[in-house]
Amino acid sequence: MTLAAVLTPLPVLLPTLAAAVTMFAGRRPRLQRVIALGALSAVVVVCAVLLYLADRHGTLALQVGGWGPSEPGMGPLGITLVVDRLSALMLLVSSIVLLAVVFYAIGQGIRDGDDRQPVSIFLPTYLVLSAGVCIAFLAGDLFNLFVGFEVLLSASFVLLTIGGSKDRVRAGISYVMVSMVSSLVFLFGIALVYAATGTLNMAEMSLRLEGVSSGTRTALFAVLLVGFGIKAAVFPLSAWLPDSYPTAPAPVTAVFAGLLTKVGVYAIIRAHSLLFPVGGLDPLLLVAALLTMLIGILGAIAQSDIKRLLSFTLVSHIGYMIFGIALSNELGMSGAIYYVAHHIVVQTTLFLVVGLIERQAGASTLQRLGGLAAASPILAFVFVVPALNLGGIPPFSGFIGKVALLEAGAENGSVLAWTLVGGGVVTSLLTLYVITRVWTKAFWRSREDAPEGHLSAAAPAALLDDSEDVDFLSRDDVGRMPVGMLLPTGALIAVGLSMTILAGPFFAYCERAADEVLDPGQYISAVMGK
Amino acid sequence: MTTYLVPLIMIGGLTSAGVYLLLERNLTRMLLGLLLIGNAINLLILTVGGPSGNPPIRGRTSDGQTTTADPLAQGMILTAIVITLGIAAFVLAMTYRSYRLTTEEEVGDDPEDARVSEIAAKDAVTIEEDRLRADAARDTDEPDELDALPGYEGSR
Repeated sequence: MTLAAVLTPLPVLLPTLAAAVTMFAGRRPRLQRVIALGALSAVVVVCAVLLYLADRHGTLALQVGGWGPSEPGMGPLGITLVVDRLSALMLLVSSIVLLAVVFYAIGQGIRDGDDRQPVSIFLPTYLVLSAGVCIAFLAGDLFNLFVGFEVLLSASFVLLTIGGSKDRVRAGISYVMVSMVSSLVFLFGIALVYAATGTLNMAEMSLRLEGVSSGTRTALFAVLLVGFGIKAAVFPLSAWLPDSYPTAPAPVTAVFAGLLTKVGVYAIIRAHSLLFPVGGLDPLLLVAALLTMLIGILGAIAQSDIKRLLSFTLVSHIGYMIFGIALSNELGMSGAIYYVAHHIVVQTTLFLVVGLIERQAGASTLQRLGGLAAASPILAFVFVVPALNLGGIPPFSGFIGKVALLEAGAENGSVLAWTLVGGGVVTSLLTLYVITRVWTKAFWRSREDAPEGHLSAAAPAALLDDSEDVDFLSRDDVGRMPVGMLLPTGALIAVGLSMTILAGPFFAYCERAADEVLDPGQYISAVMGK
Repeated sequence: MTTYLVPLIMIGGLTSAGVYLLLERNLTRMLLGLLLIGNAINLLILTVGGPSGNPPIRGRTSDGQTTTADPLAQGMILTAIVITLGIAAFVLAMTYRSYRLTTEEEVGDDPEDARVSEIAAKDAVTIEEDRLRADAARDTDEPDELDALPGYEGSR
């Protein structure tokens, strides 16, 4: 057995086993924390090695249980796990984010949790979510991808409604219903693709779809695209996201915002490049990308709650990724891959910072916030770096990703692509406007100038959220920011900055990944064992 | 591959009934809608898996069958049923919790959403009210905010 064959299943196995053990260790919080941190750290290491191996040797495929192709030229019988450069990068970035966020959640729970905390189901559920994300990135067949989605969704349902307060249950209902509809649409797509090709393995399916008539193929792609589009929050299917994410606790919102929509984007990349490489729906995707960008950011301008505002920018920036994918050229795809990696890190960091703001100032709405820059310069610093990064200010990675996408749009040269280039620039400017608005209101003006500045939450809330409003001046001193929360936030900022400092090698890696993704032959031959 | 019309009509009927129920705001009906659509898709997978035949177990035969039924379709349906069951249990628990908290079974609107649209309607009025009016009585010799208006620059 090669090293790759040993390592490939580990990103799924380790969190699943750790989830089982932490579930039984529900009464021993310290043991739970050690196991969760240990398992997720190990996953980071495994994913880093997998990234190196995938970059060195090309696509790696593992036939689980040895149920490979029954005869040469046939698809594998069992489940296939595939690691190529794209999925290795997604795995590495996600595992880093998952580790940082669990660190943050533990830090917050230790410092601010009351006697009902730590909630004993938080860590097991979080580990199941991690396993689900990893299955989705590793899946080599469509049904396994569906199972990965279901695993991460089921875990996310529990995390979103943790504590069962009124707001969270209300938000949870719409989230659960919309997610289930998207899963059913996806399952419907799987049934139709299975009817057309008689296989579930994506490599074999890609070969057999070439023989399917183009009308049928477009219809199949459209069904899958609706399923993935809801998960990725692409415009006409995005209304659920700002409605449900903001009520969850800060670390949960952070990991959802960073990872869950990106799993949908990853699925769109796979479907677009491997299964349906002809690109019949590209104009539709481009229009959807434009509307996602513009409507998302216009929604963000209207918000006063920072969490909701960031949820709208999240929707808006999904548009950039869809833009890169739909251009169907190599630069567009490498730009999209770079942008996905950048956005996972930056969006998670920003939501973690909002958690810090909420803790220090007792509110996350601009109606109440003010004077944070004077009160806590460190908080101002950890906000402004990822915020400018999101806005696409030159030295940061957001700028590099956007420039790559704009160049790819110019390379494509069609009227629609140029419109998208214009839309991308406008969205970038409006993002900067939104960020500046948060900065001037929450950080620069004094708290007396805020319309409801005299109110604040009584105490910092960790996972459960049942705090009452009190007068800001009579609020108990919450003390300095806990190191356990500040450190992971700082680490993610450093990861975001390293994407600028190492932009050369990193973007070259993204180009190699895009090259591999746009040439399905490598993927197919690795899986089918030719 | 032969296709039978009856299962397809059943799939269509179940799906349309499911979509109708899912569009309600009542949680129990939405859950029933999800279950109906889930069953319709399971039936679809079974239909696309090909005609019936011998059980896909070595050494087992069924009367007069010459082919073996597709085991993969059955595997998929089994997985989908288990997933739907788990989610249905979760939705029921959530419905009960929601009923305990709000004493109604309807899904509520997002309060923050309503608040934002209220602000948008209010803004136009308040901006008009807040605009500085030239009030000569309030103008003083000291530098004050009225100095920004035409005709009131500097001292009285």
